Amino acid sequence: MSIKKISKDQPENFKFNDKNLEAAEKVISNYPKGKQQSAVMALLYIAQRQNNNWIPLSAMKYIARYLNMPYIKVYEVATFYTMYNLAPVGEYFFQVCTTTPCMLRGAYKLVDVCKSKISQNENVISKDGKISWMEVECLGACVNSPMIQINDDYFEDLDEKKLEKIIENIQHGQKIKPGSYKGRKSAEPENNRVTLMDSKNA
Amino acid sequence: MLEDKDRIFKNLYNDLGSDLKSSKERGDWSNTKDICEKGRDWIIKEIKDSQLRGRGGAGFPTGLKWSFAPKEVGSRPHYLVINADESEPGTCKDRDILRFEPQKLIEGCLIASYAVNAHVCYIYIRGEYISEGANLQKAIDEAYKDGLLGKNAAGSGWDLDIYIHYGAGAYICGEETALLESLEGKKGQPRLKPPFPALIGLYGCPTIINNVETISVVPTILRKGAKWFSSLGREKNTGTKIYCISGNVNNPCNVEEEMGVPLKDLIEKHAGGVVGGWDNLKAVIPGGSSMPLLPKHICDSIKMDFDACAENKTGLGTAGIVVINNDQDIIKCMARIARFYKHESCGQCTPCREGSGWMWRMLERMAIGEASREEVDMLMDVTKQIEGHTICAFGEGSSWPVQGLLRHFKKEIEERNNFNPLVNTGQKNPYLVDQHLLEKDNV
Repeated sequence: MSIKKISKDQPENFKFNDKNLEAAEKVISNYPKGKQQSAVMALLYIAQRQNNNWIPLSAMKYIARYLNMPYIKVYEVATFYTMYNLAPVGEYFFQVCTTTPCMLRGAYKLVDVCKSKISQNENVISKDGKISWMEVECLGACVNSPMIQINDDYFEDLDEKKLEKIIENIQHGQKIKPGSYKGRKSAEPENNRVTLMDSKNA
Repeated sequence: MLEDKDRIFKNLYNDLGSDLKSSKERGDWSNTKDICEKGRDWIIKEIKDSQLRGRGGAGFPTGLKWSFAPKEVGSRPHYLVINADESEPGTCKDRDILRFEPQKLIEGCLIASYAVNAHVCYIYIRGEYISEGANLQKAIDEAYKDGLLGKNAAGSGWDLDIYIHYGAGAYICGEETALLESLEGKKGQPRLKPPFPALIGLYGCPTIINNVETISVVPTILRKGAKWFSSLGREKNTGTKIYCISGNVNNPCNVEEEMGVPLKDLIEKHAGGVVGGWDNLKAVIPGGSSMPLLPKHICDSIKMDFDACAENKTGLGTAGIVVINNDQDIIKCMARIARFYKHESCGQCTPCREGSGWMWRMLERMAIGEASREEVDMLMDVTKQIEGHTICAFGEGSSWPVQGLLRHFKKEIEERNNFNPLVNTGQKNPYLVDQHLLEKDNV
């Protein structure tokens, strides 16, 4: 799997807040009794959300105690999966898909925009402290390529200009709109659709 | 072209709304109780007769898979697990089912759970699909509220609970045993088979694992009959399939079509043709990145189903069609795919962990003409060292695309990389990578 750098600045302590404690208990209840280890992925993700989108080591230790499992097992999981950030990322975290289907439609031009407008290197937070970006593997929206994921949302059918505009909007503190930037509401063909016309016109 | 009345996913483009009420208007949940009352043997036989094959890539007959589950529940409970960890480059069909047709999936879960004696169903969604997962959760909540899940689900007398489990960005978790490991809260590293999950799966209990699309078509098959489903397509390649057409086409799209539809029809009729015209076509990856690519002359006539693809030494896989035209550098495209596999290898088996990186580095050099003539054959050798020497099918998945490139575009690679290895120029440098070529001198 990918090489992950673990942040040098680590907070001393980590604890779920009340809301997340409740969420954690709910997740654990999804699994049979005694199989609470299954919840480790969800709990890591909850911890990541609580801690500005990255997971400190203290959170892994906390989760290990919480689920009554060895710390190393939590550490293994946190370092194996790519969606766990082990170092701080920007408030807006851009994940640019550059796998072949996106690459064919110009994903590397988006990478160039990120390099010039955000930071020259991946995983480096921009000067204004708002944005960081990284290249990721296929995000599963290939017919709406090229696309990027910003925090939770997919931004599809992009090009350089549209991405520049998104970055500008973030820098000016404006809201950004997820979804397709060609006005598509799904994976339908943009022009000349020939199927399910009755429901389209309904 | 498939008629609209034979399409299963009527809301593929979200014209009609994905909520429970609209789904019911489209016929979902209309007689689930009656279907269940016909008994599990009838359900499994009907699915077998429909010749439905798994839509997740391997194309294993679904009815047969279900029949592997023990007939009686012993001391261990049974589980149904839905694989929604869609990560194969070029594939985005499950996403649309989760977004726009979640009730089909949920109803399918109920019928399948009943057929394999499971009271608990886990849906493993890839972590990036946050809004898709939220939409599915909303649909599950609606179904609970309507009595379609929970105790005596939909009046069938069967209890079923469905839970969503999010992945966290690992392609390998789409492999069924890696998915189970991940579901148990471990690293997603595949298990040795046998034992097969149908007997020893999640938490050591009998587990049936199916793809989202497979399960979502089940209710419609049982409603319309196995005969209807098997009348579409041809023997052993029946029914409809969602094709994802991406890459260098004018209108990339998802479309549900009959099995065995000509590839050219899909690209020309639905996706608006290749950018620059059909003659500008270079190659097509027919079934997601792990399937070998096809050059233009095969694309002219190939039909898209499991057996026709196998005859042409590729596979239907997930039916994620990636179109590559002449404006692209084919070697670079495949090098990017090799990089994907290098990134996603779980690291458990040495041939895959080391070999996937090796293939990537060689292809990157070949793309810029820095590989020597001998290395072209060496690359083939590397793929053969990976294929068949790993625990799971990832080894095949990473080496097949490279083999496909070598099979159809070897000339192009050789033209670009045609210098002799340094070792043959007479320099004896102990640090050369291709030092083994000196062996004949060493004898």
